[in-house]
Amino acid sequence: MPPEMYWLLVFYVFMLAVAAGVELIAKVPPLLHTPLMSGSNAISGITLVGAIGAAVYASWDANGLLAFAAVALGTINVVGGYAVTDRMLKMFKKKP
Amino acid sequence: MTVPTEICYFVAAILFMLSLKWLSSPKTARRANFISMFAMLLAVVPTFVQRVGATTGGALVNNLVIIGGGIAVGSVIGLVSAYRVKMTAMPQMVGLYNGFGGAASLLVAGVEFLYKTQQRLGLSVPESVPVHLSIIIGGVCFTGSMAAFAKLQELITGRPILFKGQHVLNLALLLAAVGLGAVLTMDPLSAWHLPAFIALVAISLLLGWLVVIPIGGADMPVVVSLMNSYSGMAVTTTGFVLRNNVLIIVGSLVGASGLILTNIMCKAMNRSLANVMFGGFGAAPTAAPVAAGAKGAVKEAGVEEAVMVMENASSMIVVPGYGMAVAQAQHAVRELAGLLEKRGVRVRYAIHPVAGRMPGHMNVLLAEANVPYDQLFDIDQINDDFRNTDVVLVVGANDVVNPAAKNTPGSPIYGMPVFNCDEAKAVIVLKRSMNPGFAGIENELFVHPTTMMVFGDAKQTLAKMAGILKGA
Repeated sequence: MPPEMYWLLVFYVFMLAVAAGVELIAKVPPLLHTPLMSGSNAISGITLVGAIGAAVYASWDANGLLAFAAVALGTINVVGGYAVTDRMLKMFKKKP
Repeated sequence: MTVPTEICYFVAAILFMLSLKWLSSPKTARRANFISMFAMLLAVVPTFVQRVGATTGGALVNNLVIIGGGIAVGSVIGLVSAYRVKMTAMPQMVGLYNGFGGAASLLVAGVEFLYKTQQRLGLSVPESVPVHLSIIIGGVCFTGSMAAFAKLQELITGRPILFKGQHVLNLALLLAAVGLGAVLTMDPLSAWHLPAFIALVAISLLLGWLVVIPIGGADMPVVVSLMNSYSGMAVTTTGFVLRNNVLIIVGSLVGASGLILTNIMCKAMNRSLANVMFGGFGAAPTAAPVAAGAKGAVKEAGVEEAVMVMENASSMIVVPGYGMAVAQAQHAVRELAGLLEKRGVRVRYAIHPVAGRMPGHMNVLLAEANVPYDQLFDIDQINDDFRNTDVVLVVGANDVVNPAAKNTPGSPIYGMPVFNCDEAKAVIVLKRSMNPGFAGIENELFVHPTTMMVFGDAKQTLAKMAGILKGA
């Protein structure tokens, strides 16, 4: 595939994902805005996938240290984000 | 990329979208979060297996230590912090996690750039542009979130930090960052690429901090939402760097989510994003105009008198604000409401979109105190009911109940949607003292003829009220 085609396709994906995101998130009621925020925040920790890719380049040098930090920070974002979201959602009950 | 990994990414992207869909109802929201966790595993585990599995010998050991060690350290810190944090401190916790995500995106792009330049591979323009965008957005997200964290945790003052030429400086820094990115894109392998790259990182980090410090504590719901959006955008640009579709899709979802919340927060304050970002709102108490004749006397009431009014009501609306979070009074509110419900009072809660320090902050605190979520109403649902309500109990809310927003043109909050507390038959305001609220604006509700003020710590006052009801 020529590179121009690749980038065009990627922009289609990007555009459709933004459109889907707007549609999905506009339906979340204010009641759940904090869990939405912390949950989507956890999802954004998926940059961990990139961090794992970056770590593969690295050996015991400055890059290795940066990659280690990227993996650790991404994991805090994912694990911490999901855990606080679950803690909050557990509390939302209809009957006391 | 191998085909099985790509298929896993595809399924993960679908599951992430479904999880956001199910997050729209409290009945399915917890399941949605589990689906999202599963999708994350589906993206991370195959990446790990494929990337690390492709290496052998010493490289394999290195990878296992760096990646495995990073995941282990991150998991422990993430879990411990998530289970220790108090619900009232949730805004700064979410801000902190968010900043870490931004930092991770910055580091991924940084390693990509350093590796490609060290190996003298160079970067093509479509490779280079997203790398530098990731650096700028990730860097701003990291230090911007840290500044929000520091403000919310009160490590630095919650008031706007303003100095002369601030916005010009920020603009200059942004232009410098974009300029450096452009120069590095043209010639990634020039003799000075490394100092230029380090300067780009440093400027991005400085910019994030400087952009957030002039924003007041009460405007943090907007900042936290905006930083959430930036962390998503940083993921998208990282996806462009790595040509990874799941990152592009997921980053776009999060970016959209943050922008929608930012927009909702701004609308709820009737202010533009530019005004929130650059307005320095709440820098100094402003001598706001007060409607002619509104400056009446404050009517102070004792706890007993307030209880009598509530006891004899048939309906009550509780309006919580950030003061409830500060006083940790959510459980005391719930106890009082429970005692009143037993006496036949219908209790509901009115939640303003910007009450507290992040979107939905009050809902979480009240849910923690076991308030059923069908008693929680947002402003559009309940605002017309105030006129048929016997008593309104204001706990630590200020600007969101100020009638000046409706009837005093010239007030800094004029035009902001506020609760119609003044239309109820009686209003009880729990407040520490007569000091004006965060924005330093006089509140006309406090001198309204139907209002009685009960001074003191909200938690203690509520406990005293509950004590009287129990004794009676």
